Amino acid sequence: QEDDDAATSDAELETRERLTTRATKPVAMSAETERSSTESSAASGLDFEDTALTLTLRLPGDPDRKRGASSSSSCSLADRSSLLAEAPPAPKARVVGWPPVRSFRKNALENVAAGSTRAACAPAKFVKVAVDGAPYLRKVNLRDYAGYDQLLRALQGKFCSHFTIRKFANDEMKLVDAVNGTEYVPTYEDKDGDWMLVGDVPWKMFEEACQRVRLMKNSEAVNIAPRSAR
Amino acid sequence: MPYFPDEVVEHILGFVSSHRDRDAASLVCHVWYRIEGLTRRSVFISNCYAVRPERVHARFPCLRSLTVKGKPRFADFNLVPAGWGASAEPWVDACARACPGLEELRLKRMVVTDGCLNHLAHSFPNLRSLVLVSCEGFSTDGLATIATNCRFLKELDLQGSQVEFRGRHWLSCFPKPSTSLESLNFACLDGAVSANALESLVARSPNLKSLRLNRAVPTAVLAKILTSAPKLVDLGTGLVAQSNNAGALPSLYSAIQQCTSLNSLSGFWDSPRWITPIIHYICKNLTCLNLSYAPMFRTVDLIGTIHQCQNLQHLWVLDHIGDAGLKVVASSCLELQELRIFPANANVLASTGVTEEGLVAVSSGCRKLNSMLYSCSRMTNSALITVAKNCSRITSFRLHICLHGSVDAVTGQPLDEGFGAIVRSCKGLRRLSMSGLLTDSVFLYIGMYAERLETLSVAFAGDSDDGMIYVLNGCKNLRKLEIRNCPFGNTALLAGTHRYEAMRSLWMSSCDITLGGCRSLAAAMPGLNVEVISQADGGANDAKKVEKLYVYRTLAGPRDDAPGFVSIL
Repeated sequence: QEDDDAATSDAELETRERLTTRATKPVAMSAETERSSTESSAASGLDFEDTALTLTLRLPGDPDRKRGASSSSSCSLADRSSLLAEAPPAPKARVVGWPPVRSFRKNALENVAAGSTRAACAPAKFVKVAVDGAPYLRKVNLRDYAGYDQLLRALQGKFCSHFTIRKFANDEMKLVDAVNGTEYVPTYEDKDGDWMLVGDVPWKMFEEACQRVRLMKNSEAVNIAPRSAR
Repeated sequence: MPYFPDEVVEHILGFVSSHRDRDAASLVCHVWYRIEGLTRRSVFISNCYAVRPERVHARFPCLRSLTVKGKPRFADFNLVPAGWGASAEPWVDACARACPGLEELRLKRMVVTDGCLNHLAHSFPNLRSLVLVSCEGFSTDGLATIATNCRFLKELDLQGSQVEFRGRHWLSCFPKPSTSLESLNFACLDGAVSANALESLVARSPNLKSLRLNRAVPTAVLAKILTSAPKLVDLGTGLVAQSNNAGALPSLYSAIQQCTSLNSLSGFWDSPRWITPIIHYICKNLTCLNLSYAPMFRTVDLIGTIHQCQNLQHLWVLDHIGDAGLKVVASSCLELQELRIFPANANVLASTGVTEEGLVAVSSGCRKLNSMLYSCSRMTNSALITVAKNCSRITSFRLHICLHGSVDAVTGQPLDEGFGAIVRSCKGLRRLSMSGLLTDSVFLYIGMYAERLETLSVAFAGDSDDGMIYVLNGCKNLRKLEIRNCPFGNTALLAGTHRYEAMRSLWMSSCDITLGGCRSLAAAMPGLNVEVISQADGGANDAKKVEKLYVYRTLAGPRDDAPGFVSIL
């Protein structure tokens, strides 16, 4: 029994080394064809059957398994098992795009969940959102949100999880990058082409008027007067 | 060898339709290359940036059907920023000049503007089929132009596309007094639809076989449509009954009973639960059922319905179905070939009713299964090993455990052995998408056993560069490799330097590669486009981590429409 295991792990190691060190021959490129490189597989001699490999399908838990010399993570399998045997892991942070559900499907289901009374007929209104300093824009569907709070939270989620929302007494809202302290003022372009401060008008009015959104760096926002100053 | 006339070769090649066979035939000799090129009717371009459109038309002057794919697949999950590219304009442009007799155009994940649709509509009078899958950039105005000008259109399919609503008039623009329409799919359309226009359209489309409506089409309209198109084979419903209005239902029931050819059903949206019995009228004939956009249906409703669908071959459903529902599927739907389970709420990282039990049940009962997309809250190696034994014919296996990095729910181990069993046993596996806690071992198994694998999607897996290296060295038939959030660095990336030209593309995001590594790859392989998508402004030194990398082989050189946030090294 022991010999079998040793043979298995040796064979495994041998194959693993072959897989790591073997370099494939360059494949001649041909337009729009996806030909497999029959030459190089013959030359490589990678015969899995010959390695007498009987990887048992037993449940693993083999902290003695040798690892090839490479930059492994510091946590070995044994450590990980013991860590996992403890209390259930803390809930992980949500990541973009996981679980992999197509955004079309996500939007469709969210729309549906929001209730059939809402907009089975109201079309989505996607507006571009730009953040000063970020090289690319995002889009949000204004119909998804019932008010400014939800919109800001969504912007927080899309751009930077380390934005915090700060509200001021006179209805002003700012997003602050907790990492470097930069303040962003949410502004939007209305139907007349003017740039306005987000939050002045009732949500529904904003939803109709807004054409695009820009999170402006505080230093640039001085020209947009808040409501109280008018 | 005696003289072999070109006409004979041409005649023989006329019987060869599959792209791969034709590709192979074209490599035999120059003569065959030329003849094959002259006679190819249907061309499939899997990456719009791999080749210039003009070159395609030069090689295939007689093409009648063109399929082009654009953005990398991870664009579906918001990983590719807006404005990245994949505009359909150059393709439509080139085609309009070289091939005005085009009959079919299929685009996937491309940006199509109204201007482009306008160009299309006026350039291809013979257009029979326009299919836009997961496309964006156009509006209902563009649809109106197509409907107005493409008089022989048989198929208009907007599956999953994002369409800006600019009015309801487009439906009235189809030809009068009758249309050639056989298939119309506007299920993805946001916005109202004119009931009159729709009813009139269906009434004057005698060949209509497939119709997928959007959410805005109410029950009464659906009932009328079904009455005037009882030969429908595929139906996507609108909203069937608001909670407070059941008035039009009797006429719908009687209309649907007349549809004896109906074998494919989808839609429902937020239809209330109590309408599920309507499906019973056509259960016996149903081969395709898509309830994945019907979040109101609960386990008990689904069980009651699916139990009667003994001939089902394709089932798409939300995880509301639960293990209990899947056990019913296993005992009732013995002809099932494809099963897809989607999470009802993608934002919830908590448990759902679907676990490894359902998977095992389905694998035991549905022996004809060859394609699975399974979203669940937990999984075990033991279950995967059982599935591997039961369903060795699987060609596509995608498992998405909602909490990334989940371990075996019973033993606490990584899921390496389970997936290892899958690749070992399912010799025909072409597509694999994994999740859960996975170490380098699983990649070793994949490299060793997954000989037919063409597409591999990996997230939050692996311990070291070895993982990626095993796959690059082992999987001879690999075409697409999509990796996110794995600890693979420059060594792994560069290990595949000579592999990428045999592959369609490589995507790596949130890994450990640096700009220096990508530059080395780009320098070594001029036949590849190495695109780096940058998240933030910052230095461009070699040590900088690369957030998103997209590598693909190309004959066209670096593309000239790359936006500012994309650097082509």
